Amino acid sequence: MLGKTAGGLFWMFRYLERSENTARLIEAGQHIALTQPASFGDEWASVLKSAGSYASYVNHHGEDILHDRAIGWMLRSRDNPFSILNMAAAARENAKLVRTALTREVWEAVNENWLTLRDALARKVSERDLPDVLALIRQRSAYVRGALNGTMLRNEIYDFARIGTFLERADNTARILDVKYYVLLPSVVSVGTSIDNVQWQTILRSVSAEGGFHMTYGRDARPREIAQFLILDKRMPRSLSFCVHKLQENFYYLYTGSESHLLCHDLCDQLESHTTSRTIDEIFDSGLHEFITNFLQSLNKLGSQTEIDYRFYN
Amino acid sequence: MRFSVTSRLPAFPLADRMIDLKNNAQLFDEMWGHDSTLRDAYANFNNWLEVEEPARLRKKQTEAERLFRLSGITFNVYSKDDKEKETERLIPFDIIPRIISAREWSRLSTGIEQRVRAINAFLHDIYHRQEIVRSGRLPIELLTHNEAFLPKMIGVSPPGSVYTHIVGIDLIRTGPDEFFVLEDNARTPSGVSYMLENRATMLHMFPELFSQNRVQTVLNYPRQLYRSLAKCTPAQTDNQPTVAVLTPGTYNSAYYEHSFLADKMGVELVEGHDLRVVNGRVAMRTTRGYKAIDVLYRRVDDDFIDPLNFCSDSTLGVAGILDVYRAGGITIANAPGTGIADDKAIYSYMPEIIEFYTGEKPLLKNVPTWRCNEPESLSYVLENLADLVVKEVHGSGGYGMLIGPTSSKRELAHFRKKLKANPGKYIAQPMLSLSTVPTFTRAGLAPRHVDLRPFVLVSPRGVDITPGGLTRVALKKGSVVVNSSQGGGTKDTWVLED
Repeated sequence: MLGKTAGGLFWMFRYLERSENTARLIEAGQHIALTQPASFGDEWASVLKSAGSYASYVNHHGEDILHDRAIGWMLRSRDNPFSILNMAAAARENAKLVRTALTREVWEAVNENWLTLRDALARKVSERDLPDVLALIRQRSAYVRGALNGTMLRNEIYDFARIGTFLERADNTARILDVKYYVLLPSVVSVGTSIDNVQWQTILRSVSAEGGFHMTYGRDARPREIAQFLILDKRMPRSLSFCVHKLQENFYYLYTGSESHLLCHDLCDQLESHTTSRTIDEIFDSGLHEFITNFLQSLNKLGSQTEIDYRFYN
Repeated sequence: MRFSVTSRLPAFPLADRMIDLKNNAQLFDEMWGHDSTLRDAYANFNNWLEVEEPARLRKKQTEAERLFRLSGITFNVYSKDDKEKETERLIPFDIIPRIISAREWSRLSTGIEQRVRAINAFLHDIYHRQEIVRSGRLPIELLTHNEAFLPKMIGVSPPGSVYTHIVGIDLIRTGPDEFFVLEDNARTPSGVSYMLENRATMLHMFPELFSQNRVQTVLNYPRQLYRSLAKCTPAQTDNQPTVAVLTPGTYNSAYYEHSFLADKMGVELVEGHDLRVVNGRVAMRTTRGYKAIDVLYRRVDDDFIDPLNFCSDSTLGVAGILDVYRAGGITIANAPGTGIADDKAIYSYMPEIIEFYTGEKPLLKNVPTWRCNEPESLSYVLENLADLVVKEVHGSGGYGMLIGPTSSKRELAHFRKKLKANPGKYIAQPMLSLSTVPTFTRAGLAPRHVDLRPFVLVSPRGVDITPGGLTRVALKKGSVVVNSSQGGGTKDTWVLED
């Protein structure tokens, strides 16, 4: 397999994953804005930060975060490289590059994803249409995933697609935690207040995990358990633990046994043991924020080392 | 379900056909002949068409477009004014097939094979002893003053002596038995993905047509292409040869075709920056290191293929590939320097070339051609400009040409100046009345002019012609320009079984 193809697959699936997550973040943000309008003026700033679009927004529009603008920036702005519209185009460009590695079904799903979103996001999306558009975005991502699962051989092509997916997903969940970690900290003042309840619900909502959480931990959201769920729960498909486990699995499949030792494999093993070897209490004790910051850095390093080791660019 | 007579689609709106007939008594329609008599090859198809509901056909025409859009078979259009600006477009597809009988095809393919063999013999000769020049049948200037002639290929023998592994011969038709070769595409003929996608789309939309008609398949093309290329592997390889397709990249107008062919053949699609010369072989960068390539089907022009040997600023090629090639370390398809054979000045010598190398009269005719660098021809062309088609010798894609009969006086005067200033740059041909095939228009079916590009594969074992090819259709009423860049569309091309 060409190094370029491995790189194209990696990025194609990173874009698809991030685009879906951004839609979820907008949905959660919109929900808060509609249900708690007074108390959460800066919610859109958090959403932008979690979506990785805050700095570019401020650069372009200034510090003033306006509801409509924030949504437009993340949904369809041409100037934001991580707007859903730009990411749909970038995913398709990468798919074109690796067309020979994809089944017709996967290619058509990615192509149709772009064709559909290009039309749906051609004009400003009104508040009234927003829920439908967000649902459409998630639905189109699901088609791509379905085509991938249903038609692709489980070979190294699939492994690079999965590595891109889980690297991005881990990054996204970690960034949500990074932005919101303070509401999960045990604090005398706000424990059990309704404000925190809303914040906790938002965190769960932005990773589509409300139902799963309640199923596992009951109705009451408590910060320690939310952190446990999003960081350590191996059944939760967007938890850090789940993602690094999948990364490790896919790196392991890539290893044929005959090649010389690759650094990215070590980095992945280290990341896995750092993430999963501690209990949630130990993580809180040694500092939640520090834990997340370290996690994001290691993940980043793993991504760049993978590019080098598998010769994406040279 | 029964349809009333009025809901049927008339084969042609009568008025439209009358106008065309009045303009040109010679007009030949491949379905209705010269005189509105249904031709045999279309008999079965016509039975189907007569009971088909127009509304359904119209729906199918729209559906076809959706299918093409979904498959991503788009091409980028370059605007002359703004090279940066590219738009993705679909080549319009017409659902009415173009049908060729087994007998017609067998005559055509014999002629094509003769021509392609002659082209390969010609290429071998001009890069070796140049007997054709020595014998006085071809002026040496046509080689020495020609950018498509590559001196670096002199004395080089490609593996299996194959120069043109893939050829597209452009044919036009003016009557039941009148076919002419308009152009030989010997360097990098494109369009084969349309031949394949058009057929796949027709099979999807009108399966019943293929049970009612016995149509020879074209869908084996990618497999045949792979086999044909694999047979041309350099002698030193004994394993299953490694074949790859070289593309200029995703922004190239034919990128879809490059990825399509690589995908269907099951080989890697590479770009210049994936390749490098390693230990005297051309190798591609894989996730596990460099892997040598035996046969490279390149869709990059000669000029850009090797920055060390040709265009030094090219990033599309591989530095040193020509040296590996000359040492027998890789097969390049088509061979460098084959472009000389599809040069329009050489074209005018094709009848002599065929006779010289095969000892036979050409089976397929050339369109009569005046070479404007010859004073007598030039004065004839200048006098009769309004009746002629004038083309640039090195031009392609329908750009920079003059169609006398449809040009204004000002355009003619303007072109006359260009012609006088630089006669060697042009050739002229009579305006032939291209055959028509019924085509879907807003008003119903109407005759539209077509050409045909069959695809030919050459390997040391022989010549293989896919039964069918790409039919291009000029969608504008009366137009004879079929190029996709100028408003042309395509049709599925059927060759019937005997």
